[in-house]
Amino acid sequence: MKSVPVPLRGFLLPLLTFGIVIGFWWLAAARGWLVRVTGESTHIDLFPSPTQTIAVFRELATSGTLLSDILASVGRLLIAYTLSGAIGVTLGLWVGQQRLAREALLPLLNFLRALSPLAWIPFVVLWIGVGDGPVIVLIVVTTFSSTAVATAAAVGSVPSVTFKVAKDYGIRGLHLLSGVTFPAIAPQIITILRVTLGVAWLVLIAAETVAGERGLGFRLQDANNGLRADMIFAMMLTIGALSAMFDRLLMLLTKIPSVRWGYDR
Amino acid sequence: MMELRGVGHSFGSVEVLRPLDLTVARGEFVGIVGPSGSGKTTLLSILSGHLKPSVGAVTRTGKTRTVYQSDGLFPWRTVRGNIALGAKSPAEVSELLELVGLTEFADAFPHQLSGGMRQRVELARALAGDTDLLLLDEPFSALDYLTRLKMRAELSRLLSERPRTVLLVTHDIEEAAQLADRVLVLSERPAVVRQTLTLSTPRPREVTSPAVVEATHQILSALGLER
Repeated sequence: MKSVPVPLRGFLLPLLTFGIVIGFWWLAAARGWLVRVTGESTHIDLFPSPTQTIAVFRELATSGTLLSDILASVGRLLIAYTLSGAIGVTLGLWVGQQRLAREALLPLLNFLRALSPLAWIPFVVLWIGVGDGPVIVLIVVTTFSSTAVATAAAVGSVPSVTFKVAKDYGIRGLHLLSGVTFPAIAPQIITILRVTLGVAWLVLIAAETVAGERGLGFRLQDANNGLRADMIFAMMLTIGALSAMFDRLLMLLTKIPSVRWGYDR
Repeated sequence: MMELRGVGHSFGSVEVLRPLDLTVARGEFVGIVGPSGSGKTTLLSILSGHLKPSVGAVTRTGKTRTVYQSDGLFPWRTVRGNIALGAKSPAEVSELLELVGLTEFADAFPHQLSGGMRQRVELARALAGDTDLLLLDEPFSALDYLTRLKMRAELSRLLSERPRTVLLVTHDIEEAAQLADRVLVLSERPAVVRQTLTLSTPRPREVTSPAVVEATHQILSALGLER
């Protein structure tokens, strides 16, 4: 592998891994190694082949269901994630800088953070019902506290000399927040956002299976009710691919020159 | 320029700094040397205005700037952006970049520079915008010995181009002997001034010159480390 340039290797090697996994999947399905339940007039594939999965993709794509489900889910995710990030980071900056706010709010935030996202679902569905609203609320309530706690911790880890220098050069008030505190923790905020995005996806799918009327999670549950293993597979692949794609997009933030210091040393 | 009258400090019941008097004249280079835990940092925090002394009064005229040991630069700002914090105009920033020989690195970020280069940026930033008093807090102690020697020469050169009143707090005895006009030797906690040395040899001084070697001996014996 020494002769292959590193950027190319970083692309080829994962491709190879995926190729092997899909190849094995295809082989297993073709050889009938995987479970098949046969009834009187029909049979259900509990483990669909790649070909069957692609067929479902084609079916979902031509009917427009796939696109509308993706749009519904991604739309909810983006709204909720933006809200959660804005609330979480703002709260974290405040809690991180003000001792009184920290003492008053940190235990509550930690409690909320420790509470399982799944534990919220019955409560939110009971109070808000089904549709976009409860899904968005669920994502926000289950992720903003983690963002806030992690942001506050990041503020606490800024070297004291940074704030001394800020004072020496007369930087205070809002300018201190936007020009010193925020850039000083920006690399950590990006990491926090990546972790939270993973959790947000998890909550999104879980919430949609219960409270959704459209969306990937709803379709997953629908497929489950119809014993459509091929559709479950197609949904799983879609969810995984989208989640990975969004993480990649967030990774682009680490390319911003003014945050490179957080990763290069 | 700066006057301390009976300035002392205690943290709770622990007395860190015995009340002391100190007058620094305009253009003077005063070195403050002491062992670890001698209250040097406390004294510097008082001088820079970050800490209010428990007793005594500090009178300061003009603008004070501090050069910190390390991490004093904002890592998210470029070299130019850091110097601009203290400068009055972009033209002054360019001038200072030229002065410290870092014009080529104007758009680099601190983490891309060597330790010595970073401290040169710190010096440039502290010299910007008509600073009157320069406080140096162990400015070169994070650097290796050879770089430290170079930085002392660099500081002497910068000060000959842009004269400032300087207060250097350090545990590097040789550094104080090589740079300061007057050296205050502090004792261990609670800090009291054990001895004051006056050095009249003009800067720049060679580290091996008789005057610097002699001053180093005197400081060491004042600290009880040499007879």
